[in-house]
Amino acid sequence: MSARKKSKNTALTAEAPARQRLVVIGNGMAPGRALEKLFERNPEAYTVTVFNAEPRVNYDRIMLSPVLSGEKTFDQIVIHGDGWYVKHGITLYKGSSVTQIDRAAKTVTSARGLTVPYDKLLIATGSQPIIIPVPGHALAGVLSYRDLDDVQAMLLAAKSRGTAVVIGGGLLGLEAAVGLKAQGMDVTVVHLAPTLMERQLDVPAGSLLKEAIEARGIRVITRANTKAILGEKKAEAVLLEDGTRLPADLVVMAVGIRPNAQLAKDAGITVNRGIVVDETMRTSDPDIFAVGECAESHSQVFGLVAPLYEMAGVIAAQLAGYTGATFKPSAVATKLKVTGINLFSAGDFADGKDREEIVLRDAARGIYKRLVLKDDKIIGAVMYGDVADGAWFFDMIKKGSPVSEMRDTLIFGPSFAGGTPLDPTAAVAALPDEAEICGCNGVCKGKITCTITSLSLTSLDDVRSHTKASASCGSCTGLVEKLLKVTLGDAYNPSAVQPMCPCTDLGHDDVRRLIVAKTLKTIPGLMQALEWSSSCGCAKCRPALNYYLLSTWPGEYKDDGQSRFINERVHANIQKDGTYSVVPRMWGGMTSARELRAIADVVEKFNIPAVKCTGGQRIDMLGVKKEDLPAVWADLNAAGMVSGAAYAKGLRTVKTCVGSDWCRFGTQDSTGLGIKLEKYLWGSWTPAKLKLAVSGCPRNCAEATCKDIGVVCVDSGYDIHFGGAAGLDIKGTEVLGHVSTEAEAIEVIAALTQLYREQGRYLERIYKWMKRVGRDTIRSHVIDDVERRRALCERFEYSQKFAQIDPWAERVAGKDSHEFRPIADTTKAEAAE
Amino acid sequence: MNIILENTWLDIGALDDIPRHGARIVKTKQGCIAVFRTADDTVFALDDRCPHKGGPLSQGIVHGTAVTCPLHNWVISLETGEAQGADKGSVRCYGLKLEGGRLLLEVPDE
Repeated sequence: MSARKKSKNTALTAEAPARQRLVVIGNGMAPGRALEKLFERNPEAYTVTVFNAEPRVNYDRIMLSPVLSGEKTFDQIVIHGDGWYVKHGITLYKGSSVTQIDRAAKTVTSARGLTVPYDKLLIATGSQPIIIPVPGHALAGVLSYRDLDDVQAMLLAAKSRGTAVVIGGGLLGLEAAVGLKAQGMDVTVVHLAPTLMERQLDVPAGSLLKEAIEARGIRVITRANTKAILGEKKAEAVLLEDGTRLPADLVVMAVGIRPNAQLAKDAGITVNRGIVVDETMRTSDPDIFAVGECAESHSQVFGLVAPLYEMAGVIAAQLAGYTGATFKPSAVATKLKVTGINLFSAGDFADGKDREEIVLRDAARGIYKRLVLKDDKIIGAVMYGDVADGAWFFDMIKKGSPVSEMRDTLIFGPSFAGGTPLDPTAAVAALPDEAEICGCNGVCKGKITCTITSLSLTSLDDVRSHTKASASCGSCTGLVEKLLKVTLGDAYNPSAVQPMCPCTDLGHDDVRRLIVAKTLKTIPGLMQALEWSSSCGCAKCRPALNYYLLSTWPGEYKDDGQSRFINERVHANIQKDGTYSVVPRMWGGMTSARELRAIADVVEKFNIPAVKCTGGQRIDMLGVKKEDLPAVWADLNAAGMVSGAAYAKGLRTVKTCVGSDWCRFGTQDSTGLGIKLEKYLWGSWTPAKLKLAVSGCPRNCAEATCKDIGVVCVDSGYDIHFGGAAGLDIKGTEVLGHVSTEAEAIEVIAALTQLYREQGRYLERIYKWMKRVGRDTIRSHVIDDVERRRALCERFEYSQKFAQIDPWAERVAGKDSHEFRPIADTTKAEAAE
Repeated sequence: MNIILENTWLDIGALDDIPRHGARIVKTKQGCIAVFRTADDTVFALDDRCPHKGGPLSQGIVHGTAVTCPLHNWVISLETGEAQGADKGSVRCYGLKLEGGRLLLEVPDE
């Protein structure tokens, strides 16, 4: 990386008089935040060197669970990319751990033998997962859940779809279990305590959580003490104290963490459980600070991100010379990052004589809320199912607000307590400026609203980048959006993600991603998992979901005809009077006497009132009665014709010119290529209709440059175009690339079609998709990256195995016969009487 | 004085003749009646004519207890026959009973 090239010597000679040297050991979230805050306060004060034992940049460790479940990628959880280190002139040593601190010489030495001097040292060595020293703990297949390497190892293990046992039913253990389940493993959680997450939840909430986890198909065994991990070379089973033997290809230990304090201890710094720091975050050596999970303050060590970020802020202030800044641990709130499970806990909720409680239960809706009161103040809150009021209760805990006046309605939250209507936006508006919105980053309401106003922010992403609110675990996203709404009024348009339809808040891309991440394979299953608000969707989402499932799981997903628009359900085009039009395929626009004769016969036999040539070089028979469709198709099939899919969000036509066969200007066999393309692509379903054309020379008689995909033949080969439009919008194509052989042209076009099938939003034509994802991105996938092109092509070919079946022939043979007959005909019944 | 007429119920077929989320038509001298079946097996009978431009409602997508007309996407409530949302108009509804898996349609008295 380029930051590394910035040599230490330059820094020493040129900048030493002005700048002090700050060395940071560790590159996790806490030191990352400390540096960020330091640069905000005084970007010139220090020359910074960071040693990172992990071979990568700083990432959001609390988002590892979404990476494991497939909901996010590593790139999406990077906090500081390489560019950030370059920008701040930081020397970053990746994959380099520090093995020694020499306090007398004020230097640190890395495992690779590099010695770097410091004026101020920040130790942020974090923690390590506790591995229970039961027999078998060192076997292959026994992992902890701590960093990206662990996640990658788990993802690899999950590929075999075997069984996994997660030891530990705390926050991390449960997130790991849900993630492994999402990856297709058979998962059991074993937990020592009687209820899950007992440190954060009381018994009733823990039981509700257990039910929710079990409802996801994960087995939960509580009061389970692990005796041994069995196996020869690798883990094969987990043996419990009571003799239960749980088969396990993968064992994940998530039982807790232990501060990494050895390095500090070896250097003679005071260490208890963690590295002991005073209120200014200094260790027993005043030039050495400690931050994060390795630090111990007020006899406590910390694992949640909020207090760690508070520590980071104090260190930044101290390093910048603001000596008044001190760290005092305050109450922390917990949320579980499992999609679909809402729980919140904060403060102290143990029972006690001097305490009272207020409890709300709604079993049917799966809601449980409990407030623990002491001396007229809330000291603890546990919520399950409905956590919307969490921020408000947490604010009251931190402030110690008296509650006697609103006690009767307290449990119903701020909207009720204030007597205002139950409007969540009004509830957010009613929060005081100091109310904490983002627990991870310690951002209060006032900071967010001020920043929105002063910097004229208009979107969630703006707020994330300027205040960090909602930028970590994201569970306060809803609150931040409401603040945007409260602050900006109608000017706030959360158009960043347009929901698919009123049945969901998810956009098309989220739904496509979650179909894969959560292995959703049916429409009802998807609606359940993604919490659709309607019982069975609407006319907008159902066809889209049907397409997404069909294109994602070829051969597995059973097409749902009732979720298709009528044209695709009956394979003909409905007309204004309720009759249909019928268009058979004419490959590449070529036809024959036999086909034309069959069409003429059908037109006469069924009294078809209108026959017309289409713009796609074929023949349309208009005004066919629905009952006649199967018989019309049977006659056309008999003459060798199949459905032209003139109704489909799929391949329509491949228009051609006569090319080198006949034309005196033709450079290649454009008709032949058109026919080959149509024979290769027919039957495929795409996000929207797909029209192609092949022209035999740049005179372009087939009008290839306004099609979704067009080929213009030239002497040296084939220019492949895409992204044209000649309908609502008119747009010339853009050039995708040039290839020299017909085979390559077909491969590129198949790969392009497949990429569009995988990325396009339902009803989004190619030109709109191209505008959204970028022409160059598409080109890099299907032209530049040959391997990727092949893989796309293979996926396309696989899906075609299930798609190239003539729907007309199927219906002639009797499929969906109910579609074409009335259920009853009283006109005939009466006539018979 | 009111005369209460005993209505005629006509057996038009079995529930399973209609797919869930689907519809079939009954041809009558007065025009077609669309018979709908929802996801939870509730059945409805309405005139097969959208109040907007006469589109065949039986060809629409059934969702919840509504159908979206295939011509211009008007949404019609199967329970009331009323157009939903901003659109105004209504479709005549007919009595339809489900007895022992058979569909019984109330024959209009005209």
